[in-house]
Amino acid sequence: MAVKFFYSSNSHHCMRLLEYKGKDLLYKYGVEKPRGIVISSPDQVDAGLKYPVFVKAQVPFAGRAKMGLVKKANNVDEAKAISKEYLGRVIQDFPIRKVLLEEGSPIKKEYYISMTVDRTNERYLILASPEGGIDIEEVAKEHPEKIFRGGFHPFAGLRDYLVNDLTKFMGISGPQAKSFAAVVYAMYRVMMDYDAELVEINPLALTEDGRFIAIDVKIMVDDNALFRHNDINVEEEGDLTREELEARAAGFHYVELPGDIGIIGNGAGLTMATMDLVKEYGGEPADFLDIGGGASRDIVKSALTLLLKDARIKAILMNIFGGITRGDEVAYGVIEAIKEIGVSKPIFIRLKGTNEEEGRKILAPLNIKIYDTAEDAVQDLIKTVRGGR
Amino acid sequence: MILVNSNTKVIVQGITGSEGSRHAQYMLQYGTKVVGGVTPGKGGQTVAGVPVFDSVEEAVAKTGANTSIIFVPARFAADAAFEAIDAGLGLVVVITEHIPIHDALRFVNYAKYKGTTIVGPNCPGVISPTISKVGILPNSIYNRKGPIGIISRSGTLTYELSYLLSQAGLGQSTVVGVGGDPITGIDTVETAMMFEKDEETKLIVAVGEIGGDAEERLAKAIMEGKITKPVVGFIAGRTAPPGKRMGHAGAIVSMGMGTYAGKVEALKNAGVPVAKTPLEVVKLVKERFH
Repeated sequence: MAVKFFYSSNSHHCMRLLEYKGKDLLYKYGVEKPRGIVISSPDQVDAGLKYPVFVKAQVPFAGRAKMGLVKKANNVDEAKAISKEYLGRVIQDFPIRKVLLEEGSPIKKEYYISMTVDRTNERYLILASPEGGIDIEEVAKEHPEKIFRGGFHPFAGLRDYLVNDLTKFMGISGPQAKSFAAVVYAMYRVMMDYDAELVEINPLALTEDGRFIAIDVKIMVDDNALFRHNDINVEEEGDLTREELEARAAGFHYVELPGDIGIIGNGAGLTMATMDLVKEYGGEPADFLDIGGGASRDIVKSALTLLLKDARIKAILMNIFGGITRGDEVAYGVIEAIKEIGVSKPIFIRLKGTNEEEGRKILAPLNIKIYDTAEDAVQDLIKTVRGGR
Repeated sequence: MILVNSNTKVIVQGITGSEGSRHAQYMLQYGTKVVGGVTPGKGGQTVAGVPVFDSVEEAVAKTGANTSIIFVPARFAADAAFEAIDAGLGLVVVITEHIPIHDALRFVNYAKYKGTTIVGPNCPGVISPTISKVGILPNSIYNRKGPIGIISRSGTLTYELSYLLSQAGLGQSTVVGVGGDPITGIDTVETAMMFEKDEETKLIVAVGEIGGDAEERLAKAIMEGKITKPVVGFIAGRTAPPGKRMGHAGAIVSMGMGTYAGKVEALKNAGVPVAKTPLEVVKLVKERFH
């Protein structure tokens, strides 16, 4: 089972930068990070580091520590052994290509701080707590008074008064107040300059000698803005899973599910509603595949081909309601996919909306029934699949 | 009806592109008063029988347009929106998807400051059936005027619901696709408030998806008595696995909101029945009318 991520909003995807990349971005703006190196082969483990070090697999998903992907190494040999264990391993379909080795830091206190987009109030939001660490969500639940929430308007930008409030709330004073403010402003710059939707430092450590260090960093960058950030290399940095890269290349959005009914729709909402409908009638969706808005015949062709080739799938349901998507273009895509690899399993097509008539004409030679409503298509599909058992 | 009526005069930004020209034509066929288009550098041409101008300001001066629809590609779309807002248009419908969120955040706030209503981005637009359409909704299924106002966060589901309701003889006053992006102009609650004030609208159908807090806020507005007309809900994603997390921040902000179960519970507490399938929406609407 490869279900990991499910995007609920139509076309809105974010790319999570690997930890080391996020730290590098913040470092550019003056936020300190633990001394360390990034390696892609165990041979690169450096004797020059001060041991013990933390060996951290670079993966783009949460819960890493609980999966045993962060370990302490007391010497070079241990570091090499752990790196060897991590590198090349595939977890949740994501091949680990990089490992970060970091020296420990003498920590006095751990803080939580993040900056994000507040969708509801259409502004930016700072969340912070003097009680940082992995249990921050528990803190938020049990002690909401320990969470600082400060919004700021995009036209006003981040202002000193808000940073002062935050600093006070965090209980930071004296010479540290200034270096803490510098961290907050650096986060803001990264947020703006890199179209980030989230910049999170957890924990942000205050060291015994009074410096702030980013121990772990999570930055999520808006996919839609990658065109203006050429220094973020999507493939090389490897922060996407293989599936995500494939779907991105093909131009549609695909998530594998555990069932045996293939589903294609246009638009995330309609595709999800189609899944729901299949379930309602007792079927199990094998995927979520959204061809998006205004899909070309090539996209339709590769989408249908993917499902036709999937041995788990017993029957395919295409639910297309055209607006900017055109029925004729979809129909040509179907014809081309079938011409190339044949009809290996029953296909049920529901086609409505823009250029529906043209689409029906193009599909006529296939002798496939084209449905008017999704309910009718699903009912016939379920009957066929069950009858064939 | 709300937002779009017989006085709506539309310019199409990005009219010389393939989607822009095609949908200018479809809108004209539907009866929308499309009075011109804008593509910088292409002024003087004619597309779909209407004049093309170099700027929105010029187009407004020469045609008296009060509304714009944007088909401009994502990386230039925010600029097009700012231009439309600066030209003083009352309504700007942004069809373009994949607009960077920070860009949307800025022009949505700028529109508020200047008094422009934004619908979208990443939306199918607005239609007042048989009167006018500013969007990409398929003409063929909008042939029935009636007492139902539809608000939808999902493009194609909007068509699905409109189609099923019309088939059952239940026409619509206005259908508004507010868009599926995290940041949009008018949202579900603001649109519901417009329907609340609209005499023609007797019942509101709210179509949502998992994620975000639009349905929870709609429920709250109903509980507070801001919306008194009957509402029927539908939420896509009942069987979808949970979503990608936006760090700890996402969890702290949402505090469990955004799930299918949470949305249904919030709406039910506010007296809103939630249909499990699109066809059940029709049934629930009929029940509410009798």
